[in-house]
Amino acid sequence: MRTIMAIVEVVDETALELAHAARSLGEVHLTAAVFGAEDAGCAELARYFDRVVNFPLSPGAVFDAEHAAAALTPWLAAEQPFLILLSHTNNGLDLAPLLAARLDLPMLADCLELGLRDEQLTAVRTLYAGKVHARVVADAKGGALATLRPGAFDGDEAIDRGGRIETAAVPPGPPARRRLLETVAAEAGSVDITQAEILVAVGRGIEEQENLEIVQSLAAALDAEVACTRPIVDKNWLPKSRQVGTSGQSVSPKVYLAIGVSGSFQHLGGVKGKPFLVAINQDAAAPIFAVADVGVVGDLFDLVPLLEEKIRARKG
Amino acid sequence: MNIIVCIKRVADTSEAEIVIQRGGQGLEEEDFAWGINEWDNFAVEAAVQLKEQHGGVVTAMTLGGEDDEEVLRRALAMGCDEAVHLCDEAFAGADAWGIAKALAAAVRGRSYDLLLCGAVSGDAGGGQVGGFLAGLLDLPLVALATCLEVGSGNGGTGGVARVRHEVESGLERVVEVDLPAVVTVQTGINEPRYVSIRGIRKVAGAEVQVLDGAALGLQAAELGSAGARVRLEELFLPPRGEGAEVLEGSDEEIVQRLVEMLHQRGGL
Amino acid sequence: MLALALATLVWVLWQRLALLRAAAPSPRWDHLGERLRRLLVIGFGQSRQPRYRVAGIVHILIFGGFLVLSLRSMTLIGEAFSAGYADLGSGYAAVKDWTGVVVLGACAVAAWRRVVVRPARYHDRHARSSHTPEALLILALICSLMLADAAYEGSALVLEGKGGGWRMPLASLLAWVFGAVQQTGGAEQPLLGGIHLAAFWIHNAVLLFFLCLLPLGKHFHVLSALPNVFFSKLEPSGKLKPPSHLEADFDALEVVGVSKLEDLGWKELLDVYSCTDCGRCSDHCPAYAAGTALSPRMLSIKMREAAYAHYPLRGKVVPPEQRPALVGETIGTAELWACTTCGACEEACPVMIEYVDKVVDMRRHLVDDGRLPASLQKPLAALEKRGNPYGKMARKRGDWVDGLAAEASANGNRAVGSDRSEGGDPAPCGKGVRILAPGDTAEVLYFTDSCAAFDPRIQRTAVAFAEILLHCGADVGTLGKDEVDSGHEARRFGEEGLFLALREQNLLAMEQRKFSRIVTSDPHALNALRHDYGVELPVLHHSQWIAESVASGELNMQGIDDGRTYTYHDPCYLGRHNGEYQAPRQILAAIPGLRSVEMERCAGRSFCCGGGSLSLFNEPECERRMGEIRLDMAAAAGAQVVVTACPFCLINLEDAIKTSGRDEHMEVVDLAELVAQSLAPQSAAMESESA
Repeated sequence: MRTIMAIVEVVDETALELAHAARSLGEVHLTAAVFGAEDAGCAELARYFDRVVNFPLSPGAVFDAEHAAAALTPWLAAEQPFLILLSHTNNGLDLAPLLAARLDLPMLADCLELGLRDEQLTAVRTLYAGKVHARVVADAKGGALATLRPGAFDGDEAIDRGGRIETAAVPPGPPARRRLLETVAAEAGSVDITQAEILVAVGRGIEEQENLEIVQSLAAALDAEVACTRPIVDKNWLPKSRQVGTSGQSVSPKVYLAIGVSGSFQHLGGVKGKPFLVAINQDAAAPIFAVADVGVVGDLFDLVPLLEEKIRARKG
Repeated sequence: MNIIVCIKRVADTSEAEIVIQRGGQGLEEEDFAWGINEWDNFAVEAAVQLKEQHGGVVTAMTLGGEDDEEVLRRALAMGCDEAVHLCDEAFAGADAWGIAKALAAAVRGRSYDLLLCGAVSGDAGGGQVGGFLAGLLDLPLVALATCLEVGSGNGGTGGVARVRHEVESGLERVVEVDLPAVVTVQTGINEPRYVSIRGIRKVAGAEVQVLDGAALGLQAAELGSAGARVRLEELFLPPRGEGAEVLEGSDEEIVQRLVEMLHQRGGL
Repeated sequence: MLALALATLVWVLWQRLALLRAAAPSPRWDHLGERLRRLLVIGFGQSRQPRYRVAGIVHILIFGGFLVLSLRSMTLIGEAFSAGYADLGSGYAAVKDWTGVVVLGACAVAAWRRVVVRPARYHDRHARSSHTPEALLILALICSLMLADAAYEGSALVLEGKGGGWRMPLASLLAWVFGAVQQTGGAEQPLLGGIHLAAFWIHNAVLLFFLCLLPLGKHFHVLSALPNVFFSKLEPSGKLKPPSHLEADFDALEVVGVSKLEDLGWKELLDVYSCTDCGRCSDHCPAYAAGTALSPRMLSIKMREAAYAHYPLRGKVVPPEQRPALVGETIGTAELWACTTCGACEEACPVMIEYVDKVVDMRRHLVDDGRLPASLQKPLAALEKRGNPYGKMARKRGDWVDGLAAEASANGNRAVGSDRSEGGDPAPCGKGVRILAPGDTAEVLYFTDSCAAFDPRIQRTAVAFAEILLHCGADVGTLGKDEVDSGHEARRFGEEGLFLALREQNLLAMEQRKFSRIVTSDPHALNALRHDYGVELPVLHHSQWIAESVASGELNMQGIDDGRTYTYHDPCYLGRHNGEYQAPRQILAAIPGLRSVEMERCAGRSFCCGGGSLSLFNEPECERRMGEIRLDMAAAAGAQVVVTACPFCLINLEDAIKTSGRDEHMEVVDLAELVAQSLAPQSAAMESESA
């Protein structure tokens, strides 16, 4: 039976997605390598994985890619799994390519789909921020590594597999070349978009800072909060605390109105819990339309004020 | 403080219609506007700013065809001191691994304190090259830097950098990393300077070192598509509007239906 | 004393001129006749003064007094050397005495305005200090000159036992006072002689002190304004100063733009010396009114302060590297990017100071240094890569014409936008607008520029204009995808290299096609073609074309009587920079029933809406948008419809209507749209005929 190793940063939905993707490749023996998990976390993982290997962290330490790479490299080299899976998160970007290079393995990054064909690993991944998809293939005879886009795979179902829980010995190595000094929250803002029921998200399509007014005004009509994509924060048009995405906040509203948002996965990665997603965008090919429930292809500068007017009229 | 910054020329597809070539191996590029990868532009600016503060030499490096020299010229105009172009027909079809291997070969033997890359590229977007380089050169890596300061460093003999970088859930971490190190740069880390047409013309005569596979000591089997570990089978357009009900009609009708839908979904 | 004073004056002037000698060249010795004319009309004639009624008249009176009395002042100095030198006859004595009265009166009014009225423009929001004390000191000096002269004359009258009468009111008044004092106080002749002598010396001392004081402050203009007017820019204001007067090859320049005082031309530094701090420029500046960082007056004042500090009267010249940077510190970058280059400041300046060239030159330096507002990088990169600031695909540039053709065929009208092949029969009432392939010929080239080609709102203007052209039976072509942006704004934002590249492409595309006239609906393109490209063919703005056609009877417009009041907003690059104020007004007047009013700020004093093209990507931080302020002016004039003739005015003002919540009761239209609308019934009739 093929062995697959999933490197788990934290015990959450993404771990289950890794498990599900691995199981979809056929009959496999599935191991989760986790860092500094508590007993409950290991037990939770043991329901989905055949084996859970916990790498202890020194008190107060957090998952750190440099540390993880140092611990995992010799261990994985010894275990020789058929496939190593990680989530394509920020930490994944910090760790996965480093591991692949150290272990000299082919790597498939940011996969939306994963498949197996003979000894070859196939995947679907995106190009040009989702405008084009590519089917790619890697020879996995000597093993391979893949990172999976968060949210692209279903979570595994809860069948209690009664996985064996082990604690790994972290081999003593040279002192880390990278040392954590502090963890900081992105600039705190006065608003907490993570708690909002309705979000009006604005992206690059708004073109200019002063055009934000129409979106803010629509949000006011909807009793919603304004959220945004990364480019809007990069331009200092809105504070970081309003940014939704992998480098911003994770939100789970009931309704998500995406205005002028192309729908990069970095942004959509922060949209959890399957809200009712409405997209207004000029570009009919924008990836947002692939995930939205309702799409409007048109000029947001005409549509947004009109929408606000109708909403206000309906609310009286 | 010597810095090597690895950059890439990518297509801007923002206004272009995507047309996949017959055979699914490429895109019709006629409507594309080409330029430096957005993330790499921030990396070049970061490198030049560090040089302006600490002195030293910044070398820009790219792998690609003859047209790709354009981004090296641009980097020179922004203030890089040297440019290295890894250019060989045999590089065609290289995957991220192949690109990293060639870059690593070119980097070895040079004196540097920092190796900067954009965190991802606007085309393939795998975010791998920086990490591969760190692995191949056995250097520490910090991915997705949003702030970068260096203490000292004089051509590979030590010093540290303080890097703030993005981790999960909107959090950032500040780490201290021994030099030399690989740092991949996130957008927004700085405000890249403008490069005027004149700025580009002024460096038109500047020397760009061109290295082919042989000069890098690479075997044919390691190069380009021959050496690719990940091969492209087929390009295709993503299933459009999958799940999305696209509303049609006049603006008035669309908005009216939208209001009804929002009402049903508890948005009002 | 005289020698000392004159030596001081000469020495101070020489020190002041040191900077001008170190400056870049300004070729201002051409067209001496025209320069002389300007000197007489604007300099001696003070023609720009009365635009501010009271201040202008006061200034003219004091200036006139100076002219009359300067003779007296010189002869009084001569008197010190040779008795009787000051006697120029009783006629002159009377004139100068009356002049003294008038000047004293004018000074009183001026002082009253300074102290009591205090017009808003006297104090600049960005100024660190007030110049009122200096102004009052100067007024006091002028008054003391008048009074000292009168005392001199008056004491002489008493001594000689003569009366001045009505011929010499001031002197007589003082003579009467002296006489009265003499009688009641029993004072003796020697005292009067003392007064006479004292008045003489006070006059001369004050005069010489005054002269030496001039080059130290804002009253340098007394000496420099006339030369400044003489050397003023003769080219149209829309024509920019080239990056260098010495080297025509832009790529060969070592330094581009102005980064230090010495990079300015000597005439531009004379400008700085000549600023009277009157505040008229800033009073007219839309960016100042909007509350941005810019005040054109402060550009001059700050540069002058820098000039005085770095070229001190005593001590060595401060080398550039030891000074605060002229661009970025002395003058903030926000100030420079806030300028719309509308030219209102230059139009207002009574001494012909030039601002736009300086602003653009300093921007050239910033661009060369890579310091460009982040919001401008993307549009400039798009201009370079795709020939338009929106990043749209170049091959779609002519698509609006195809849209026109599609619309026309849907309407059963083959003529508008008839197909691009030259083989087909021309439609009966004209050929409409075609896309010209290289080698094609048309009577007129329609240079659309990026905005009309890509902005869906402005495409409507282009379509309206195309309908008018068709109606006139004109044979018109466009360059289609071979046209690129005119580069007008790229150039004014300091990106000369990009402008040159765009110009080259357009000139090549034009060379490949034959036409005898060019027409454009964008005043910025008009200005570019006329002044930046140096196109030799006639270049018309669409308002000029339409006005011609109206005059020749080709366009018969139906009435527009919708009960609304219209007002015309002059676009800066049509009006101020290209002198076309009449054509649009003639068109409005030719539409039967259309009621139109003028705004207070109209024609040469028009108020910029916020700027064109790239300005749309770089809105400076402000308290109130220029467009909104302009709408206030239109509303104050009682207008509901603002008619303009520039795509960017249209966009800016439409935006301002939305942001100021005026959607319900105000509208902006382009002249072409208005005219096309007034043609509508007729074209409907034509359609039914053809059906």
